[in-house]
Amino acid sequence: MYEKTLAEQSRMLANGECSSTELTKHYLDRIARLDTDLNSLVSVDADSALQGAEDADRKRKSSAPSNAEMPLLGVPMVHKDIFCVAGGRTTCGSRMLEHFNAPYSATVVNKLNDAGMVMLGKANMDEFAMGSSNENSYFGAVKNPWKRDCVPGGSSGGSAALVAARLAPVATGTDTGGSIRQPAAFCGLTGIKPTYGRVSRYGMIAFASSLDQAGPLATTAEDCAMVLQAMAGFDERDSTSSNEPVPNYMADLDKPINGLKIGVPEEYFSAGLDDGVATQVRAALAEFEKLGAKLKSISLPNQSMCIPAYYVVAPAEASSNLSRFDGVRFGYRCEDPVDLDDLYTRSRGEGFGAEVKRRILIGTYALSAGYYDAYYLQALKVRRLISDDFDAAFKEVDVIAGPTTPTPAFQTGAKTDDPIAMYLNDLYTVSANLCGLPAISMSCGEVDDLPVGLQLTGKHFDEARLLHAAHSYQQTTDWHRRMPAGIE
Amino acid sequence: MSWETVIGLEIHAQLATRSKIFSGASTAFGAEPNTQACAVDLGLPGVLPVVNAGVVNMAVRFGLATDAHITKRSQFARKNYFYPDLPKGYQISQMALPIVGEGAVTVSLPDGTEKKINITRAHLEEDAGKSVHDLFDDCTGVDLNRAGTPLLEIVSEPDMRSAVEAVAYARQIHALVRYIDICDGNMQEGSFRCDANVSVRPSGQTELGTRAEIKNLNSFRFLERAILYEVDRQIDLLESGQSVVQETRLYDSDKDETRSMRSKEEANDYRYFPDPDLPPLVIDNAFIDSVKAEMPELPQLRRARFINDYKLSSTDASALMGDKATAEYFEAVLEGQTFPAKLAANWIIGELSGRLNKENCTIENASVQAPRLGQLLARIDDGTISGKIGKQVFDDMWGTDASADDIIEQKGLKQITDSSAIEAMIDDVIAANPSQVAEYQGGKEKLLSFFVGAVMKASKGKANPGQLNQILRDKLKNA
Repeated sequence: MYEKTLAEQSRMLANGECSSTELTKHYLDRIARLDTDLNSLVSVDADSALQGAEDADRKRKSSAPSNAEMPLLGVPMVHKDIFCVAGGRTTCGSRMLEHFNAPYSATVVNKLNDAGMVMLGKANMDEFAMGSSNENSYFGAVKNPWKRDCVPGGSSGGSAALVAARLAPVATGTDTGGSIRQPAAFCGLTGIKPTYGRVSRYGMIAFASSLDQAGPLATTAEDCAMVLQAMAGFDERDSTSSNEPVPNYMADLDKPINGLKIGVPEEYFSAGLDDGVATQVRAALAEFEKLGAKLKSISLPNQSMCIPAYYVVAPAEASSNLSRFDGVRFGYRCEDPVDLDDLYTRSRGEGFGAEVKRRILIGTYALSAGYYDAYYLQALKVRRLISDDFDAAFKEVDVIAGPTTPTPAFQTGAKTDDPIAMYLNDLYTVSANLCGLPAISMSCGEVDDLPVGLQLTGKHFDEARLLHAAHSYQQTTDWHRRMPAGIE
Repeated sequence: MSWETVIGLEIHAQLATRSKIFSGASTAFGAEPNTQACAVDLGLPGVLPVVNAGVVNMAVRFGLATDAHITKRSQFARKNYFYPDLPKGYQISQMALPIVGEGAVTVSLPDGTEKKINITRAHLEEDAGKSVHDLFDDCTGVDLNRAGTPLLEIVSEPDMRSAVEAVAYARQIHALVRYIDICDGNMQEGSFRCDANVSVRPSGQTELGTRAEIKNLNSFRFLERAILYEVDRQIDLLESGQSVVQETRLYDSDKDETRSMRSKEEANDYRYFPDPDLPPLVIDNAFIDSVKAEMPELPQLRRARFINDYKLSSTDASALMGDKATAEYFEAVLEGQTFPAKLAANWIIGELSGRLNKENCTIENASVQAPRLGQLLARIDDGTISGKIGKQVFDDMWGTDASADDIIEQKGLKQITDSSAIEAMIDDVIAANPSQVAEYQGGKEKLLSFFVGAVMKASKGKANPGQLNQILRDKLKNA
């Protein structure tokens, strides 16, 4: 059953071809068998998953909701361990929260619960969502199912690896600078980061509040559309969530994309881009042309400033967001503190990993008196300029296309000693976060048996168009259907 | 050398909302520790602040009351520092764009003059929790019930030149925030606290001296004492050739002195930046107009109206302005009555407030409410009883539901206005006191009050004083 997409499983459940209990057991068995090697999940709660599956089966029998009403009823899934789930632990990949049990659930968790989805467990991730390789998890690195000595990407690396290994049809992720799209690209999946404000951030542990956004990782655009439909919407508990109505993402999926204007920024194909990736992305763009899209060369003049701006804004916000982890009220507390300073210093020193500490230091520096104007304020100005670039481009095109990442998945350990090289992985992804724009990554080829991702960035609240374009591409190509070897 | 004192105040007024500024937890005072702190107040991971609409309304009310600029697009900012009673490691406040900009109040000083004090800004922020140092032997306890309580921080310009002016300004703001119903003003519970920035400079110098900030003064007396002490301390330093250090100081009321808390060098770098969890707070004209429409009449306008419309003296008007409830009580006494407003003012300032003081009772809880007092004063005004009997009736009304008329009727207190009855009593008194009559007729006119008193006593206080006086004078002359 694992070869089926989420949409196919949804129809099987509706037709009675399988039950949620069968499907859930199937995935729990796979997790038990395959994840000891991959390490993509930090917790699995088989009992509560089977209970959820039974509830879904009972509901289907008693009230028989149509597939249109509850398409996700009984479909298994995994949450990135950044989403608080009441009654279980939420670690955020950190020693700091190794034993943390939130007394509330994230809005995303509640919404997918209400849609009838069955949570199998929580996915591994880079600590506090900081990382591009999932090597920063306190619970150990995650392997890429395509090549076990390569990274799955990050920070939603566990989510990507587990969906690629078909341990669940879908997993949630969060994306602050590419943390859904980059692992989706590295693992041959489809992943969408919605417009900032489209999905509630309530109960999702913050990394950088003005950039964080939740979204799904699945094998197809259609599956992403189905799950995003249930995740999206205004939430009165998140003041930054939007009350823009949520359109029906499924409605236009099968229409032709004739006349879709795709902008191709020249800056995306310059130095730093792997030749093999460039070739695959160009081929994908040619396929879009065949489908009736029009390609147009455009320019995003401030592209080179994205990474510097991002690595000021994100750490600045993080340095403040992570102040609450102080060993006083919850989370890790050092043993036998002698005084308050000792309590703070050792709790944070021992509770946080190296990358988290690095970003707290960078962010604290950027916000300090005397540096604020030169770094933080300057970064905000650059952020505005980058936004202006996109606004100008979107006057001429409907979506902007390019590679998701400069290279395919790299070897574990290859960049751990070089933070700058690691940060450059986010070269093409951070602009969508800085501008709050929706962006989707889909698999569009392979280089040396590793998947390559194509990214489409859209206008604010234009998720439907991105899903539509990706779905059309997936109707005439089969990259999204390919599976890594050794996951049978 | 003569020195000039310069004072600016930062006042923290706790806004009188039922729930906290960014969460639904209760703000009620005095609950068991940590029973009124929800996930948002505790700063648990993943939770987010949502602005309580009530605080926006209250801040705008304050802005309108101080004739201030209201910021149409204000912004919350994070003030970052570590302390155990600050759950998130930052306080949500406002920095670059406060909701209320420049304004002013005119303060009445004890010497009868007035002074305009400019207000720099007033911004919204959340309170921190409370560290409890004396409950455990070897560690400090944290109570987060207070965390997230809404505050309006009102920052004045350094416009005050003495402790007296500072106290007058603080009292005026205190009266104002209660008047417009945004703060209960309870200083014991910490609902209204002052920080004083104090410096001195040689008289005539325009440049400001180095200032010290004295934190958390929770009574007007402490505010005054702390400033007086601090001014003396600074002058002593300067006159002995030393300099004032910019620092934060605490006032110790037991020793009546201020002492250093932390110097400028030890001060935190708060790393303020706009809070990304809260979009800019946008206020439009329609909202401001709606707040304006529900505003109570402001004290200064009401005072002017009392003087003009009711012909009250400035002193009486000010006395009635002490708090809104008193002013409202005064107008309620006059409701439907025709007696002069001055009579009501005298009774409220005199008899009623004396009684309230004695009973330690607020005017809202006064046993004799405004309509009943109005009926009593009407009986005095129409001559049914004298003012003196009125006080007796008032005492009888207190603690009962009886009306003035009932008591006058029951106790037979109705004034004697029958001239022949008064004449008979006067005749008896004159007959019983021949020597005093002779002295009076010999020119000792002060004795008139002796006769008035004697007749009044004979009438059990009920004789009409005017009639009594008139008849008595005539009779004494011709006796």
